[in-house]
Amino acid sequence: MFEQLDALLLARIQFAFTVSFHFIFPAFSIGLASYLAVLEGLWLKTGKQLYLDLFKYWLKIFAIAFAMGVVSGIVMSYQFGTNWSVFSDIAGPVIGPLMAYEVLTAFFLEAGFLGVMLFGMNKVGKKLHFAATLMVAIGTFISAFWILSVNSWMQTPVGYEIGANGQYLPGESWWDIVFNPSFPYRLVHTVIAAYLTTAFVVGGVGAWHLLKDRTNLHARKMFSMAMWMAAIVAPIQIFAGDMHGLNTLEHQPQKVMAMEGHFQSHPNGAPLILFGIPNSEEKRVDYAIEIPKASSLILKHDPNAPLAGLDTIPDDEEPPVGIVFWSFRIMVGIGFAMLGIGAWSLLARFRKKLYDWPMLHRAALVMAPSGFVAVIAGWITTEVGRQPYVIYNLLRTADAASPLDAPAVAASLLAFVVVYFAVFGAGVWYILHLMHKPPHAGEYGVKRGDTGPIRTAGITPGPTQNPGSDPDTLPAGREEATDGR
Amino acid sequence: MAVNVDLTTIWAFIIAFAVFAYVVMDGFDLGIGILFPTFNVGPERDRAMNSIAPVWDGNETWLVLGGGGLFAAFPLAYAVILPATYPLIIAMLLGLVFRGVAFEYRWRDPGHRRYWDAAFTGGSLVAAMAQGMTLGALLQGIEVVDRSYAGSWFDWLTPYTLLTGLGTVAGYALLGATWLVWKLDGESQHHARKLGKRAAWATLVLMGGVSLYNVFLNAEYAERWLTAPEIYFAAPVPILTAIVAVMLLRALSVDRHSKPFWLSLALFFFGMAGLGVTMWPYVVPPGLTIWDAAAPERSQIFMLVGVAITMPLIIGYTAWAYWVFRGKVADEGYH
Ligand code: HDD
Ligand code: HEM
Ligand code: HEM
Repeated sequence: MFEQLDALLLARIQFAFTVSFHFIFPAFSIGLASYLAVLEGLWLKTGKQLYLDLFKYWLKIFAIAFAMGVVSGIVMSYQFGTNWSVFSDIAGPVIGPLMAYEVLTAFFLEAGFLGVMLFGMNKVGKKLHFAATLMVAIGTFISAFWILSVNSWMQTPVGYEIGANGQYLPGESWWDIVFNPSFPYRLVHTVIAAYLTTAFVVGGVGAWHLLKDRTNLHARKMFSMAMWMAAIVAPIQIFAGDMHGLNTLEHQPQKVMAMEGHFQSHPNGAPLILFGIPNSEEKRVDYAIEIPKASSLILKHDPNAPLAGLDTIPDDEEPPVGIVFWSFRIMVGIGFAMLGIGAWSLLARFRKKLYDWPMLHRAALVMAPSGFVAVIAGWITTEVGRQPYVIYNLLRTADAASPLDAPAVAASLLAFVVVYFAVFGAGVWYILHLMHKPPHAGEYGVKRGDTGPIRTAGITPGPTQNPGSDPDTLPAGREEATDGR
Repeated sequence: MAVNVDLTTIWAFIIAFAVFAYVVMDGFDLGIGILFPTFNVGPERDRAMNSIAPVWDGNETWLVLGGGGLFAAFPLAYAVILPATYPLIIAMLLGLVFRGVAFEYRWRDPGHRRYWDAAFTGGSLVAAMAQGMTLGALLQGIEVVDRSYAGSWFDWLTPYTLLTGLGTVAGYALLGATWLVWKLDGESQHHARKLGKRAAWATLVLMGGVSLYNVFLNAEYAERWLTAPEIYFAAPVPILTAIVAVMLLRALSVDRHSKPFWLSLALFFFGMAGLGVTMWPYVVPPGLTIWDAAAPERSQIFMLVGVAITMPLIIGYTAWAYWVFRGKVADEGYH
């Protein structure tokens, strides 16, 4: 019995670990693919070398991030079967087809055109190359569409029937399943989140180079583009998040109770708890700082509207309040900080000192990784808030796991942790190394070895043919430095 | 073994097609990983890597389709096979992590290039071995009780699965070597040709070994291959395999460029056909037939529409991507 419980907990940790690691890369590559398409489009339209330079600068970073996204994603597609086999058997008829559609319409599209996007600039001509970049960007969006549809169905399952063998079977209409009630909100909120994540990374890199050299035109362009995104999209994201919350209140009320820290029901208007320490034992929030009636105002648009609390939910149906409460606040806090940076950049533009305000650049630098934190915090809110169910109100997480023994799951979890930190740590290091270099005129593309035909250097030949002179690689080490035989 | 053409049968063929596409496409780039240490450091390795860099991601997507398709079309099989072969699957996934990132990392960090080259080889080898052993574990049978795996931890580890694992490694090496015969020239091509010959012999011996073992493994398999009327369906497979094998060995001895690769594909095709004869109509021998494990008709139809529309497009643009990077890798070196 105890062993069973341990295997379950380990399987949950393993899923949370692998999926959180995976999602870091898509959160960046969804936004970056679109940014690259915009840059290349601007280059084709205006013919300005600057845009091509920026395109090539970010393309190298994209190549690394994408590779990490692919390999961690392949792990995910097998995690359902290895660790959640009961879930796979029972829910497969409904969610399997959606995931198959993701492979057919998104993964092949991304992978098929990625090679041309990275290495084909000299081979296919500008227009066709731009088309390939667009296909990759569209592919990342389609991928988000399907996987979020799957996840949303698990949050708000509709349109299914229960078969004689206990499986969930699709009902009359696939339309109902794909466009389940929480899907539109989750899709909008998550895709915007990816754009914001990328914008803050780009803005942070721009700011870093502006701090070193305010006259760097490439850094100025990056920073300015990113700050427009922050100023325009952060408020939209807050609005989208609010709508998402209202939708959740309708379909998963106990999740909102946990997010808000409402242990008790409030018949005459619920307070908004800004901070505090949820105490699940005593069923109260210690040291709470509250705004009276504000929660009812936000959620019901009426300060005196009654709001039910977790006291109306049986104990064994409550999600873990502490985690949800905190992760939600982290996300929302970052959302407002992003709004603040956006507003500050507007002020700076208005005062004509967007490129001459080191405090703003420092703040943007600090905020560079904030999108990743917000995205993970958001998912933790969503997923932990759904507990104890894996398919809301239908299938408990505890009943979904594979018949594996704890040591097997523990060993694989350990292997994932070690390998992910080592391999993805190295990748992040290489990305930081690329970001550390200032973007400059005549930027190199992603290129293969010096003998290879497959490279995008095109516009600036010369130096790329000189072994060992590639400025984008780390300093060479000992024996293989010159790559000679 | 009448083939009753219904949706489930169609899906069994679609999954078989995805697995075959995966095996031959990722097969040649995993094979290059396996052979990588035998290439000289420097331009020779770089060129071998360059010949697959633009296509490896597309090749690996067939694995996602194989897994995802199994999940969608035969959820029960997916739910049984993966826990039964848990350590193999985890090893394969981790192997693929190492080799997948090596494509980018080795260019970024010449100082540690040897380590990423080693990761490329190690990852490819582990993935190939794990895939072959998973196939073996499936063929030797998986114990199922109450819609879930009922065997124990190490059921997947037997001499038979070791044999299928080695066979797969050899087969992938053959595909990789013949691909390089096609894409390289000069000294390197000569080297690839030599490797190809060795890999071809190893593949043929191991394939023969596995086939013989199959006959002793399971009375039902033996019956299928050795008695009438089944033998009339089955017999052409080994005969054609033998013909292809002779042609392949010959093509590797003369100055042929793309022919050895196509013949290796044919060899794999007949290997796959042989597998089909052996397993049909089971998806998880000895207990689950494709009909036992199939998803309901609504799921099958919904996905069939998607496959019918997207598969021609996928094949079209994948072919285009290969076409863009056609020709010898070294031919167009400097320009
Ligand atoms: C909101 C977007 C999103 C979410 C929630 C997920 N992914 Fe993902 N995934 C992507 C967005 C994405 C992407 C942007 O499309 C990636 C990132 C890099 C890439 O190659 O495609 C990707 C890659 C990727 C790949 C590799 C595809 C290839 O071979 O090219 C697989 C198999 C998965 N994912 C599977 C999953 C699974 C099983 C998930 C859920 C547990 C999941 N992803 C969550
Ligand atoms: C990429 C974005 C995602 C992230 C970051 C994420 C995060 C998490 C986290 C943190 C947990 C652990 C919750 C807990 O154990 O208390 C979890 C559980 C789970 N999630 Fe997600 N999730 C994501 C997408 C998905 C998707 C798309 C699916 C379904 C297709 C999914 C299915 C599950 C399942 C099956 C579990 C295991 C049961 C459980 O432990 O709750 N998740 N996820
Ligand atoms: C103040 C602003 C924000 C509000 C009010 C808000 C609201 C919400 C709510 C209520 C959820 C939970 C949905 C559920 O019930 O499952 C959620 C999830 C999420 N949030 Fe936010 N959010 C805000 C800002 C952000 C920001 C800035 C990001 C990232 C840059 C972000 C990324 C996410 C993600 C990735 C999820 C999980 C996926 C989903 O369920 O949509 N959020 N958000």
